[in-house]
Amino acid sequence: MVVKEETYQHIWELLKDIPDPEIPVLSILDLGVVRTISSEENKLIITITPTYSGCPAMNQFEDDIVSKLKENGIDNVIIKMTYDPPWTTDWINDEAKKRLEDYGIAPPVKGTQDKGILFKEKVKVRCPQCKSTNTEVISQFGSTACKALYKCNDCLEPFDYFKCL
Amino acid sequence: MKNLFKYILRLADNSLILGHRLSENCSWGPYLEEDISITNTALDLLGQAEELLIYAAEVENEGRTADDLAYKRPEIEYYNVQLTEQPNEDFAHIQVRQFFMDAFNFYLYSALKNSSDTTIAAISAKSLKEVTYHLRRSSEWMIRLGKGTSESKERVNKAVNNLWQFTSELFEMDEVDEALISEGIAVDLNEIKKLWNDKVTEIFEMANISKPEDGYKATGSRKGYHTEYLGYILAEMQYLPRAYPTAKW
Ligand SMILES: [Zn+2]
Repeated sequence: MVVKEETYQHIWELLKDIPDPEIPVLSILDLGVVRTISSEENKLIITITPTYSGCPAMNQFEDDIVSKLKENGIDNVIIKMTYDPPWTTDWINDEAKKRLEDYGIAPPVKGTQDKGILFKEKVKVRCPQCKSTNTEVISQFGSTACKALYKCNDCLEPFDYFKCL
Repeated sequence: MKNLFKYILRLADNSLILGHRLSENCSWGPYLEEDISITNTALDLLGQAEELLIYAAEVENEGRTADDLAYKRPEIEYYNVQLTEQPNEDFAHIQVRQFFMDAFNFYLYSALKNSSDTTIAAISAKSLKEVTYHLRRSSEWMIRLGKGTSESKERVNKAVNNLWQFTSELFEMDEVDEALISEGIAVDLNEIKKLWNDKVTEIFEMANISKPEDGYKATGSRKGYHTEYLGYILAEMQYLPRAYPTAKW
């Protein structure tokens, strides 16, 4: 199968509409989960990378990609997994971060990949409700592995923070 | 290939068994946030184990899958260090066991991300990001427990004393390590041991926990020898696929 450039473009367009099963305001492309689209013999190969190693949404991503393409008449799809380069929250673009915040999840603070192992450089996380930075961490792990639980000391609301990875 | 297969299994089994142990705490955490932290850590570890077992199956190339390796190997073919299989006696034991393993994994993966085996290097680079969060959390708990109430102090010191005998096994090496170190695939655990010791000393000092004297040293997991606890873990973990071999998720 010779795949034309337009076909690849078309497939990228189709994948844009697949939401993250746990954070529906983000698509799998916003997250940067889809790395490459290529073809080999008669098969279309979509290479994806996991966000977190144990992310339970990965199987869902695979199923959603396959069924989305099937709906649009594209069969023979193979999903491949890659770990290199490792996924990073830096791949989430600013526009998607804005949607995250509007949705009530504080977006990852860029460039603050937490290097210190202990108590070092605590990041300033902005409350998605009242935008105060007077916030504190309640737990390093929130409702999913990719989020930490914070609370706002001004409006007193608890909220999820999408951790830097 | 046999050496590489065994080496990957050791890494995978450490994560799989510790992840399983942690997952036993699901809904038993001391409070909601901590319950979620423990189980999310378990999830990271099980994810890492899966990545490694997929690779192990590929390296072995005898038709076994990652699931076969997890669900159909008997105790004697499991190579996790005995520390990972020790029971969840109380919250202090859970956190001390975790701290010892997190510090080990942190330095191990920091080194293995430069492995000449590109798959091991990629999985290590990814795991390291997750383990960094684990180590921070368990280090903070060591300090919190060590500087907490008289009861938390007593419990954390007791857990350290009980689990110390299992720590030297982390750094044991055999012919598998030697062969793979010469190929640039594995890392010299003597170097990891120094880093681990420094980290443990640093956190113990901050937490006012006294380092136990070396005494009895558990050993054997390199050959598949385990404490009595692993059998029970595998019995529970493997029951369903063994009873219903055709069951699908
Ligand atoms: Zn607020």
